[in-house]
Amino acid sequence: MTSVTALRQVVIRIAGDSGDGIQLAGDRFAHETALAGNDFSTLPNYPAEIRAPQGTIGGVSSYQLQLANYDIHTPGDRPDVLVAFNPAALKANIGDLERGGLIIADTAEFTPRNLAKVGYANDPLQDQTLDGYQLAAFNLTAQTLAAVADLGLGRKDAARAKNFYVLGLLSWIYERPAAGTVDYLQARFQGQVRDANVAAFKAGYAFGETTELARYEIAKAPVPPGTYRQVSGNRATAYGLMAAAARSGLKLFMGAYPITPASDILHILARAKEHGVMVYQAEDEIAACGAALGASYAGDLAVTATSGPGLALKTEMIGLAVMLELPLVVVDVQRGGPSTGLPTKTEQADLLQAMFGRHGEAPLPVIAADSPSGCFDAAFDACRIALEHRTPVILLTDGYLANGAEPWAIPDLAALPEIKPNFTTEPNGDDGAYHPYHRDPETLARAWALPGTPGLEHHIGGLEKDIETGEVSYSPINHAKMVELRRRKIEAVKVPDVEPHDPTGAARVLVVSWGSTQGATWAAAQRVRESGRHIADLNLRHLNPLPSNLGEVLKGYRRVIVPELNSGQLSFLLRARYLVDAEPYRRMRGLPLSQAELAQHLKEVVDEVEKEES
Amino acid sequence: MTDATLPSGLSGVPLATGELNRKDFASDQEVRWCPGCGDYSILATFQGLLPQLGIRRENTVIVSGIGCSSRFPYYMNTYGVHSIHGRAPALATGIAIARPDLSVWVVTGDGDALSIGGNHLIHALRRNVNITIMLFNNRIYGLTKGQASPTSEIGKVTKSTPKGLVDEPFNTVALALGAGATFVARTMDSSRAHLAETLAAAVGHRGASLVEIYQNCQIFNDGAFDALKGPDSGLIPLVHGQPVVFGKDGSQCVYRTAEGSLAVGPTDQAPDGSIIVHDAHREDAGLASELAALTDLGVIRRSPIGIFRDVDHPTHDDLARAQVTMADDPAERLAALQDYVTGPDTWTV
Repeated sequence: MTSVTALRQVVIRIAGDSGDGIQLAGDRFAHETALAGNDFSTLPNYPAEIRAPQGTIGGVSSYQLQLANYDIHTPGDRPDVLVAFNPAALKANIGDLERGGLIIADTAEFTPRNLAKVGYANDPLQDQTLDGYQLAAFNLTAQTLAAVADLGLGRKDAARAKNFYVLGLLSWIYERPAAGTVDYLQARFQGQVRDANVAAFKAGYAFGETTELARYEIAKAPVPPGTYRQVSGNRATAYGLMAAAARSGLKLFMGAYPITPASDILHILARAKEHGVMVYQAEDEIAACGAALGASYAGDLAVTATSGPGLALKTEMIGLAVMLELPLVVVDVQRGGPSTGLPTKTEQADLLQAMFGRHGEAPLPVIAADSPSGCFDAAFDACRIALEHRTPVILLTDGYLANGAEPWAIPDLAALPEIKPNFTTEPNGDDGAYHPYHRDPETLARAWALPGTPGLEHHIGGLEKDIETGEVSYSPINHAKMVELRRRKIEAVKVPDVEPHDPTGAARVLVVSWGSTQGATWAAAQRVRESGRHIADLNLRHLNPLPSNLGEVLKGYRRVIVPELNSGQLSFLLRARYLVDAEPYRRMRGLPLSQAELAQHLKEVVDEVEKEES
Repeated sequence: MTDATLPSGLSGVPLATGELNRKDFASDQEVRWCPGCGDYSILATFQGLLPQLGIRRENTVIVSGIGCSSRFPYYMNTYGVHSIHGRAPALATGIAIARPDLSVWVVTGDGDALSIGGNHLIHALRRNVNITIMLFNNRIYGLTKGQASPTSEIGKVTKSTPKGLVDEPFNTVALALGAGATFVARTMDSSRAHLAETLAAAVGHRGASLVEIYQNCQIFNDGAFDALKGPDSGLIPLVHGQPVVFGKDGSQCVYRTAEGSLAVGPTDQAPDGSIIVHDAHREDAGLASELAALTDLGVIRRSPIGIFRDVDHPTHDDLARAQVTMADDPAERLAALQDYVTGPDTWTV
């Protein structure tokens, strides 16, 4: 019997052709991991092409997962284990594997032709290329074929079950519960394909028993009690929007146009029609936004979801929403840009577009989700602010959050705050008339009467409004007042103060993350502390308005480091706003931030400060 | 309450509770079109038509884009949105989907609908959203002071085309038919009675109705439709079920030649049985398209007007709404959503 080694955490990456079923197997492994009680975080990574040429570097799809017996915030920087379905998968990923890490490779695919395709002169499984690693090379294809031989499938179809053979093997190595996956395969597939997948999975699991591979256990992570599920950022976003609709008593209207990596929000909402969700796939991004704005005018909670290029197209319509002062939630699942850029890769380079990317002075609230499950809260919050403050809100997520998944403590929806649209149903002026631009004195939100309300007939539009009557006004003084008013209205949105996380209270360096860099930044700060240094970290979820105590907090540190997946957009904002020397830490590789690299940088900064101050 | 006596296009819209008249629909805003603009007569006709529809004033929404015609909502005492250039059909679609109890109108022009907003127009027609589109066609950009529009004739000299326009214009009716529109009509600002009856038929149609309104711009394109006036003009009235004849005493007609194409000629010389009898309810748009093609694309001397096509198809908004359900009771709705969000694959700590 194999001995079992205890691990605190491990990072596994499964890589193969984009048609190999990598994402499906990876997703299932994450689910087994959840059932085993570990904390986890995942990073799917796939090419923009649906089926890139087989066996090429460009066609490699991968799925990375970190599992741990403690609270983790990222899918990990570098894998400890790499499953390579073919030479291309090996070549594309070997540079990331930790030295001494485990490689599981399918020898059947290491043919002279496949090796030549990716420029291997010799078979790396046979020469010294992989000497620094543990190599477990098996003919996984042949073993899969043997496992399903009795089912009468053709060779091609039979070989398709290889992803579940590998899942079986990994499940054995990491002591994942197998029963759930068998049930899942029984339910998800039909006929011969179902039988083949089940047989391959069981064979892979059994193969583990017969190999000389080491077996590992990872204890349960201590997590607060509750009912959990696995959730991706896009799913959490969709659910947050639905929850806000339910808590506001409105129907949800989503105007959408397909765009990677936001399309899953459209897909998820399109399947939720029995919950009052109207999904409208428009002719273009502009119409998606326009129809949503129309539905908002008509009294729905209206949202549109897109990525950077789509946000650019919606710009004029969002400006109209600013002028009409109607609620609208615009989700921007950021990806690498500019232009088509890196459609399937992550980036945070739309921050300034979200802040300022409109003509005229057109301020609006900007919120950034900080983790896949955090997308739920951020989406809910975006809807609440939009409805209660009568304003478009931009919610920034990104490709990493969208596709990454983690455990989510399912909230009690009834405990979420009630959202009050407060529609106007009676005249609100001393003259007995309805004035659409009369405001709530505290929030400055305008009165909102829905069409169909008798006696409150009125017209609104993109032309400047008289501050009193709401009628068209070209008065210079009135325009100046309205610009100021629209600015003050956004500033009136209440945002919680920030409190830097500094366990020792002795930090002189503050690292400020926003959105998806929260996880890696938190983890990097932990590493810095484990090295005996002091550091404070904080994450910004509200980018506009910024927390009112932020300037004071920033000024309390000797140095402020801002890691972002762009060329320094938040640091630019902080410098402009607070005259603080916020230093950008820029990464633009289409990948999440590396916590190890960031930790190294932060250690150097802390050491420099110490030297200066000693 | 709603009434089964309303035409299908207004089905679902609540009935007026009292008598309404023209003045009830005029806003207190000063109308700011140029003196003599064709828009005045369209506005007056429209304000006269709405009280006759029998629906509540507050359930009418008028959405416009940008251009002279798009100032329309400000002058109507109904709900209205003056939106951005070309996008009115997009907003109107969202409103129509969200609220079956509203009568939704789009007011647009040739530049707004056919140039910057062309994509939204064709898709609104293709989807057959229950909206009524009034497209004021003056064959010029008026608000921006006189540039060529997508319906300006080839060779036209304007501020943007000092040596003459080199582009062929759109034939609005043909474009709408090509987009699969279920109701397509053409009328004129100066023919108040025809305008009123055409708009009444359009709003009564369930689905996207496009009404092209020839509209004179006195400042930048004066007299663009003058050749269509007078008893001997080339204005060809289309009346469902009637032979297509025009001119003084019906002296001219549209007939089918031996080769199979449509032609225009003296009624008394048309071969027996060759005169076209208009059929607006034909499922295929072939005849409507042939009639649309009789429109002059250059200076307009000949043009059919009336309802080219009027067929019943399911509407996008009705079908989309039928797919969406929700528990009426908020607590039930929340409980159902709680189950949905929880999903089948959970674990409990």
